[in-house]
Amino acid sequence: MPDLLTVKNLKIEATSYPPGEPPKTVTLVDGVSFSVEKGKVLGVIGESGAGKSTIGLSALAYGRGGASIVGGEVLLNGKDILTLGRGGIRSVRGCKVCYVAQSAAAAFNPAHKLGEQVIEASLRHKIMSRPEAEKRALYLFRVLGLPNPDTFGDRYPHQVSGGQLQRAMTAMALCPNPELIVFDEPTTALDVTTQIDVLAAIKHAIEETHTAALYITHDLAVVAQISDDIMVLRYGKTVEYGTTQQVIEAPAQDYTRALVSVRQTKRDEAADQSDKLLNIENVSAAYGNGFKVLHDVSMHLPKGQTLAIVGESGSGKSTLARVITGLLPPSEGRITFDGKQLPPALKGRSKDELRQVQMIYQMADTAMNPRQTVRDIIGRPITFYYGVHGAKKTERVKELLDQIELGDRFLDRYPAELSGGQKQRVAIARALAAKPELILCDEPTSALDPLVAEGILNLLLKLQEETAVSYVFITHDIAIVRAIADSVAVMHRGRLVRFGAKSKVLSPPFDDYTDLLLKSVPEMEIGWLEKVLATRRMESAGN
Amino acid sequence: MAALGPENGPAPTTETPAAGTLQPQAAAVAGSGVVATMNTGVVGGTFWRRFSLRRPLAALIVQRLGLSVGLLFAVSLMIFGGVEALPGDFATTYLGQSATPQAVENIRKDLGLDRPVTERYFSWLGGALQGDFGTSWASRNSVSEQIGKRLGNSLFLAFFAAIISIPLAIGLGMLAVQFRNRLPDKIINVVSLAAISLPEFFVGYILIVLFAVKFGVATFPSTVYDSMGFLERLSAIALPVATLVLVVLAHMMRMTRAAILNVMSSAYVETAELKGLGAFRIIARHAAPNAVAPVINVVALNLAYLVVGVVVVEVVFVYPGMGQYMVDAVTVRDMPVVQACGLIFAAFYIFLNMAADILAILANPRLRHPR
Repeated sequence: MPDLLTVKNLKIEATSYPPGEPPKTVTLVDGVSFSVEKGKVLGVIGESGAGKSTIGLSALAYGRGGASIVGGEVLLNGKDILTLGRGGIRSVRGCKVCYVAQSAAAAFNPAHKLGEQVIEASLRHKIMSRPEAEKRALYLFRVLGLPNPDTFGDRYPHQVSGGQLQRAMTAMALCPNPELIVFDEPTTALDVTTQIDVLAAIKHAIEETHTAALYITHDLAVVAQISDDIMVLRYGKTVEYGTTQQVIEAPAQDYTRALVSVRQTKRDEAADQSDKLLNIENVSAAYGNGFKVLHDVSMHLPKGQTLAIVGESGSGKSTLARVITGLLPPSEGRITFDGKQLPPALKGRSKDELRQVQMIYQMADTAMNPRQTVRDIIGRPITFYYGVHGAKKTERVKELLDQIELGDRFLDRYPAELSGGQKQRVAIARALAAKPELILCDEPTSALDPLVAEGILNLLLKLQEETAVSYVFITHDIAIVRAIADSVAVMHRGRLVRFGAKSKVLSPPFDDYTDLLLKSVPEMEIGWLEKVLATRRMESAGN
Repeated sequence: MAALGPENGPAPTTETPAAGTLQPQAAAVAGSGVVATMNTGVVGGTFWRRFSLRRPLAALIVQRLGLSVGLLFAVSLMIFGGVEALPGDFATTYLGQSATPQAVENIRKDLGLDRPVTERYFSWLGGALQGDFGTSWASRNSVSEQIGKRLGNSLFLAFFAAIISIPLAIGLGMLAVQFRNRLPDKIINVVSLAAISLPEFFVGYILIVLFAVKFGVATFPSTVYDSMGFLERLSAIALPVATLVLVVLAHMMRMTRAAILNVMSSAYVETAELKGLGAFRIIARHAAPNAVAPVINVVALNLAYLVVGVVVVEVVFVYPGMGQYMVDAVTVRDMPVVQACGLIFAAFYIFLNMAADILAILANPRLRHPR
């Protein structure tokens, strides 16, 4: 019996038309072959730009942007779908092969009810009648654990949460009873505690309906839970392709080994944490419309150490950073720095108080002026805080570039000419240029690929050793906390849940929320998901 | 209107000062419930806040209505003030060579021009609210009566131009999207661009030369009389309607095309494509509902143009509409007529834009179905 989907020697190119230049053709995917059996899941893993999504979409004979499939075969049930005409391809899409996008929030049409969108493909392809489709949608809403499944379909996309939308998108893909579903990073945009629910729902639904799937992600720990086989991609080529067990437990290639071991950086916490360089005392904060986002938060950070603030989106962790910088003055409480109280608002702070606290952002792209060169970007704080110009300034910029391991040749580049990791390094150099005592890092690695993120974390640790700078490190990733923190603050819905030395916070006894948070982080271990779900079931049965 | 909206926000504290300058007039003609809500001050504030939290959609619409009424009063003030400030004088123009100081004085007294400005403004405004725009200085007839007939004619013309051009423009826009960057799209684009680039009097004359003179299939001039039957009227306005359609078509068509194309690059259209839906269903069901707001706006703008801006077309086709009436009144300084036309034009503009705003609010599912 032939495999459900067989892809042979796939080659995909994209043509871009830069203004004023001849068109450029880039090869996105080159010589990739794989196959998926009925009812099995193939995990496709790689960094951004590895061609994962492009390969996934090729199963629907679709090229996003200017991408087009120029070579190879995509055999579905032994028939090459690339040779089908427009009508033939349409009868494959949404009928035999369905797609689940990364951002369900953008992928649902805001103008129509969820239920209508879920059953649309089934009706248009005449797979089932309207009552049948509605019945199936209801069944899928139940299987996927959506709240109030009976009325869920009557809601509009903006009326439900991100995790629910992602599950609704899975229901939409499953509804026409497809033979294959392409999941394109379906849980990447979600919080860990939500991710585990969606992951479990997807896994359950796949088992329940015997559908085959391509599961695309950059997170090896996630793919280990859900797939039977794994294909590792880099620069549009296959690096390694084997069973999940073989790839996770005995990777054959260096690159795969690096991916598997990426979360193994660990640093011991400092023994003495009594010093209070930064002291946050009973801080509450609210936005202009009276919406209170921080409730009575207190914590402190010793000199030369790292305080990690963990929490999901909406937990108030970024708001706390804004309060520390003075961008949002607190409504109650006070912040002292080096024994002196910081003026609450940015305007009230002296130049030196501003210099002491610098910031690194999640999106290095948007935090830099695209029309300034690296020299200007890093040089600006040098001139601003120290009044240094000309050759001396250049000297200092070069020194900083050495510190961030980039070197002189980057001096006159623009941000657009840097990779994501290089941009973040420049952002770090800009923060360092002021010689601050404290750097606030707001998720500086969450937009980066794992190996690049690892590099940034190691750089931050090295710089801390060299300059004794302190970090407040905001993140939602427990693995990072384990790797770099001395002390940890867990936040939930604007309140401080837990604060103390890393070893204390991350070991039992736990409060409910920290327990949930820690247990939701996928581990690079086959069968982890089942184990967690089993303990959950036992706990709820025990209650 | 749209630009005014955000600044005046739903918060009552900002709304009251914004409407502040207009309040005396608003109070003087109190009657509309909307004006009353705007004037209730502090007590109304909490009521308004509760109302806007509970019924955000209704609150937004009430706010738009209130703003429109306020704007209309501001415009009435500007029209009156502007006409007041115009150089020249009806009496001197009317009397011509025989304008002795005494005769001029007599006429001014006759027309009530010796009364103070504020008194004249309020009596004019009070009359206008009841539909009485006073008496024409030139013809001594009731302005309302004359305008009624002319306005009817203008609306008749605008109505037929609208029911032809709007569906045609939106249909062509969708067609252009479906064949984007291919031959049909390019043809639609070039033709509509040509039509919008030619001045309307030129388009009008070309149509007259072709259809009335050369082929003799259309009527010219397009003057309509009371005694004419409906079909006769229709054939009379065929050419001006065709001219207007050509002039407004391109703008609406291009806006529809741009709005839909903008939506076509969104993720949910990709989803629709990956569901294997047909091209037309994607455009009509998934793209169009999300492109409604900008299209409604441009349609409203063009409707307003059809009523207000057709002076040239009316003159070319000798059509007895509002535009021609106003131009004639300006040349003889017949102020009551000029003021009445100005106010009616402004009312149309404001009403149509308000309708577009409200429709755009209603078209937004986030506002229609709050969480």
